[in-house]
Amino acid sequence: MSIDMEQFHQVFFEESFEGLDIMETGLLNLDNGEADDEEINTIFRAAHSIKGGSGTFGFQSIADFTHIMETLLDEVRDGIRELTHDGINVLLKSVDCLRMMMTAESDGGDIDDSEVKTNFDALQNILGSSDSPSDNSTAEVADTTSDVPSAWKISFSPHKNFMQFGNDPARIIKELATMGQLTGHVDTKNVPDFVDLNPENMFLSWDMELKGNVTKEQIDDVFSWVEDESDISITALSKNKEKTQNTAKKSQDTKIKAAASQAPVKSAAADKKEKSAPANSSIRVGINKIDDLINMVGELVITQSMLSMLGEDFNMTRLEKLQEGLIQLDRHTRELQESVMQIRMVPISFTFSRFPRMVRDLSEKLDKKIQLVMHGENTELDKTVIEKIGDPLVHLVRNSIDHGIEMPEDRIAAGKPETGTIQLNAFHRGGNIVIEITDDGKGIDKDVIYNKGVEKGLVEAGSKLSDQQIYDLLFNPGFSTATEITDVSGRGVGMDVVKKNIMSLGGAIETHSVKGQGSIFSIRLPLTLAILDGQSVTVGADNYIIPLVSIVESVQPKKEQLNMVAGKGETYKLRDEYLPILRICDLFNIPDAKADKLEDGLLVVVEADGKHFGVFVDDLLGQQQVVIKSLESNYKRIEGISGATILGDGSVALILDVPGLIRMSD
Amino acid sequence: MSTDVESKVDESPLDSDAELGDEYLTFSLADEEYGIDILRVQELRGWEMVTRIPNSPEFVKGVLNLRGAIVPIIDLRERFNLSVSDYTETTVVIVLSVNDGPDDNERTMGVVVDSISDVVHAKMSEIQATPKFGSSLDTEYISGLADADGKMLMLLNVDAMLSISGMLG
Repeated sequence: MSIDMEQFHQVFFEESFEGLDIMETGLLNLDNGEADDEEINTIFRAAHSIKGGSGTFGFQSIADFTHIMETLLDEVRDGIRELTHDGINVLLKSVDCLRMMMTAESDGGDIDDSEVKTNFDALQNILGSSDSPSDNSTAEVADTTSDVPSAWKISFSPHKNFMQFGNDPARIIKELATMGQLTGHVDTKNVPDFVDLNPENMFLSWDMELKGNVTKEQIDDVFSWVEDESDISITALSKNKEKTQNTAKKSQDTKIKAAASQAPVKSAAADKKEKSAPANSSIRVGINKIDDLINMVGELVITQSMLSMLGEDFNMTRLEKLQEGLIQLDRHTRELQESVMQIRMVPISFTFSRFPRMVRDLSEKLDKKIQLVMHGENTELDKTVIEKIGDPLVHLVRNSIDHGIEMPEDRIAAGKPETGTIQLNAFHRGGNIVIEITDDGKGIDKDVIYNKGVEKGLVEAGSKLSDQQIYDLLFNPGFSTATEITDVSGRGVGMDVVKKNIMSLGGAIETHSVKGQGSIFSIRLPLTLAILDGQSVTVGADNYIIPLVSIVESVQPKKEQLNMVAGKGETYKLRDEYLPILRICDLFNIPDAKADKLEDGLLVVVEADGKHFGVFVDDLLGQQQVVIKSLESNYKRIEGISGATILGDGSVALILDVPGLIRMSD
Repeated sequence: MSTDVESKVDESPLDSDAELGDEYLTFSLADEEYGIDILRVQELRGWEMVTRIPNSPEFVKGVLNLRGAIVPIIDLRERFNLSVSDYTETTVVIVLSVNDGPDDNERTMGVVVDSISDVVHAKMSEIQATPKFGSSLDTEYISGLADADGKMLMLLNVDAMLSISGMLG
């Protein structure tokens, strides 16, 4: 019986990539001097798990490479070595290299051997340069070889239930036999009479002698999967007492290490068993979220059984109970749905965590001094949004580093602190998530952009543009104001892609800037892509859904509150504010709208971009939660419509895009 | 000589398909007969009310809920600028899969036709190239002409006929 190891690869890679992220974050913290011993331990543990895992799964090159990193980290942990800035650089590069190797292994690509060699040598260099006597990587190997006794005595007695865990002693013995000359005998004294024999139980035990050039660690590896289900003792058959002691001590060491490395591997295996089919993309869910779900489903089942009991023998006297039950059912379904949505929510730190490294590398490359401040990393966003927002954010942060923050001497000359600051902020506002990228650099020169826009034929010379319109020019394809093209940014590709990506998520980007003081790019994204609370309205024969988050209130207009601007633009006076009125029937050319006079219909007061508008509809229907379906997947984007949904009766209703409607009316 | 014989033997299992040619679903539209590659047809449905899409061309009747997917419905009479008629009991919606755009996005769309006629076979050799009528008639959606029991059958190029950019500019 052999286990198909392939099925665990996905989990191994996922865990390893996570481990690499942990190492990277830890190393960056070390570099900032924020680290304590625990940080080093964390990095070490991550490296160790990767080494253990890659060894187990047969990725020898990764295991070898991680081994030398681990050696270095071990010395740092033990205080033998101090990690310098350069040392951290080398380690960070090694993390990149590992990531490259891991990606190559998981996608079936080729490993760039020269890069591995370069990093390997760099690590060796650090290890070799030290005065400390233990040039560990080579020393260890040398030690173990000299310590290797010519023979080992192995006694292996599996527990009774050994085979029930899917283990096979023959496999282990075969593997031992490949390592050297294996002799031994099997002990059959525990085997019961044939009638009492349970073929699924284990009754045998072995005493073996293994001759050959084998280390204890290698033997331990063979038994590592079964050590919980069997008694194993491995002793060296050596004449040199001192040496044996030495080995014993050493082997104790390795035992601890081996135990440490096994733990994560085992849990990975356990994890995997629960997920029978490895999915292409997976999500890690906190156990508390799952518990909530289970509770919710429990409640739902109780409500369901109550209702079905009620239905079995129903008369009008029990109507009240039925209504009560239905209300409960409604509440539970809603809670269940919210919890399920919660599972898709991931903290934005998943995206933010790549930036410390990026800022550090880029600022070093450009000789700028930049500190990164992040707030609201725990703000949760839909996983799809998180995945898609990463690249636009990278572009924007790169731009801030390259174009925004000035060189240190320029900053001092401008009376600013030498070190520039880039802030990443994530927070909720209304039904949206806002991500702000703020820098205190030189800001955006509106005149330069305006002139460039004229030059590129995007703006007519002499036309007057608002600040926002000028900034929007930045997001045009091929628009770059960088006087010199660097490999960081400045090719003018990117900003248009940034805008496109954000728009495709149903979001928007705004730019604010003060020349000489810095810029703020603020990205507004919907909380989730899948479901929204909507107000259903009718115009003519059609139903539309207005997202509840953008509705302020709904009113029945009275004649005296209605005014005309220049005989055309209709306004509604809501308290002290005159609101422009948008007629859906006009914007969408709906011929059969029932209400023509404003007094006959209803106004839904909506808010978008900080402004209020009155949306004129025939009638209001109920509020309901709707699942958003894309119109684009089979058709195309329609102005003023953000998507479609399916109503309870199976018909389709379109969801209004409130900011889009306002743009249409302009 | 012997090689010739062998190659013939090799081809023979394919001959049932090769001899009859591709299958086309035929339908009528204002007294004209059209054919669509049957492999593109996902299902046939009776006409039912759709949800209108604002600011769309007349021939886009609206969208329909097809088992959770939002599917646009195109009236082929109006698409081809034929005379418009009311929908009757025989009016059928043919749900088609369309490869559209440079990325070959697979879209699902429905077309409204007067009635379904038949399934016919047409060999490549029997299909005649679409004659050119100059600028007076646009024939870009018609991939060829075939003969079905003495009636002319216009074979439609589904992708060209239903490409979003082609339809909506």
